[in-house]
Amino acid sequence: MDTMNDQQASTRQKTSGNAGTPSSGDLMVDARNVHKAFGDNQVLKGVTLEVCFGEVVLIAGRSGSGKSTLLRCIDHLETIDAGRIFVNGHLVGYSEENGKLVELTDKQVAFQRRDIGVVFQQFNLFPHLSVIDNITAAPVHVLGVDPEKARAEARDLLVRVDLPEKETAYPKQLSGGQQQRVAIARALAMKPKVMLFDEPTSALDPEMISEVLNVMVDLSKQGMTMIVVSHEMGFARAAADRVILMHNGQIEEDAPPTEFFDAPKSEATRQFLAKILR
Amino acid sequence: MTWSWDSFFEYMFSYYMLQGAWTTIWLSVVSMVIGCSLGFVAALMKMSKNPVLRGIADFYVWLWRGTPLLVQLVIIYAGLPQIGIRLGVIESAILGLAVNEGAYFAEIVRAGIMSVDRGQNDAARALGMDYRRLMRIVILPQATRVIIPPLGNQFNGMLKTSSLASVISMEELLRHAQQLAQIEFRVLEVYIVAAIGYLIMTSVWGAIQKRIEAHYDKPFGGSVQGVAAASMPR
Repeated sequence: MDTMNDQQASTRQKTSGNAGTPSSGDLMVDARNVHKAFGDNQVLKGVTLEVCFGEVVLIAGRSGSGKSTLLRCIDHLETIDAGRIFVNGHLVGYSEENGKLVELTDKQVAFQRRDIGVVFQQFNLFPHLSVIDNITAAPVHVLGVDPEKARAEARDLLVRVDLPEKETAYPKQLSGGQQQRVAIARALAMKPKVMLFDEPTSALDPEMISEVLNVMVDLSKQGMTMIVVSHEMGFARAAADRVILMHNGQIEEDAPPTEFFDAPKSEATRQFLAKILR
Repeated sequence: MTWSWDSFFEYMFSYYMLQGAWTTIWLSVVSMVIGCSLGFVAALMKMSKNPVLRGIADFYVWLWRGTPLLVQLVIIYAGLPQIGIRLGVIESAILGLAVNEGAYFAEIVRAGIMSVDRGQNDAARALGMDYRRLMRIVILPQATRVIIPPLGNQFNGMLKTSSLASVISMEELLRHAQQLAQIEFRVLEVYIVAAIGYLIMTSVWGAIQKRIEAHYDKPFGGSVQGVAAASMPR
């Protein structure tokens, strides 16, 4: 690890203090000692999380444990109070000046987010746009891809999420599971380097969960780096390299799935498993 | 002197009244377009993070919504010359109507933008859109659907409110009616004709408005117009 740090240090200009040491070369996401409060409510109390290229990490935990907030911080949809988050070697949302975090401009943050795909619990498809326009909106208007080329790529993505016939449908006309698969295709259309899933199946009827999870498993097999906030333990066993339990704003357990389920170290994990596996 | 159908029909088809009605229409359209642009900018300022911009917009809306349009018109046309600002009748009328409209429209736009689900903001941001793209591609098209019904009501109101400009001698429908009334004293007939004129204009607009609303509701399969329209009394 030391040699990798040295290697990266040359590519990064501003480093100071312990928190400012550069991100290791094989890390896609590198969150260090992240703190976040909403008013008096400390939601993240020093979270450190490293996710390597191609790794699939599932984050579980009770509601209010901070797992969704952590995910949103990684895409700078929430600001952070302290700590550092690097994605693909770039400090997310801030520049560091004399050891202090200074928030980047609107345009700079937007540029950084191109690398990061996000899938939301409520899908958040654009209701005024057809399925194909939902998928092509960002490639065309943000990346400047030729509209015809973007449409062709969008059709390929619709095949990948098994919805080739829904091109001209509007979101309102789709089931929850279909909407979520379009949302995945929409995120993939930006060719992100990492995909964040924020409880992607929590708003779905039970019979639609597997169609979304299948797409996610496929994606993991293709080598996508994924951070998934979810309680889908079946997905964890099938596709995750690591399972993390968050509890009261901190990471309580971080282990491969077999170890997480069969030999958890933390009491919080045992209690959590007892609750959800019952 | 009793009701005269002859006079009624004479006024109904008089070129002079028609001219007045035409002035009412273009005065309303021009004032509306300028007013909506002003209101749109004011709405974005009101929602800005910059406290100075917010303060300016708040002050504008507060001042113009808190005073009668009639008073504003008289100040602009008859008051301002005292400090050397001389505007013609048409300029004064448009300025008064537009700036007044902007103050109301700012609130409508703001409500429209705020009605768009927060998740839309997250999704657009996550796709790498900056503020301008987020607004243009995601938020405003959705806000438009909510804005259009009250906007239509505002225009209906504008067609009627523009009659206030008659007090600064703007040659629109009501002013022409007044002038005919002073010549021939067929007061009831001429004002009834004026009223019918306004009724025709607002009715035609109502039909147009319905079609526009239906167009913007298409992707949603549903309708918000009932709720939005009911919440915007004039």
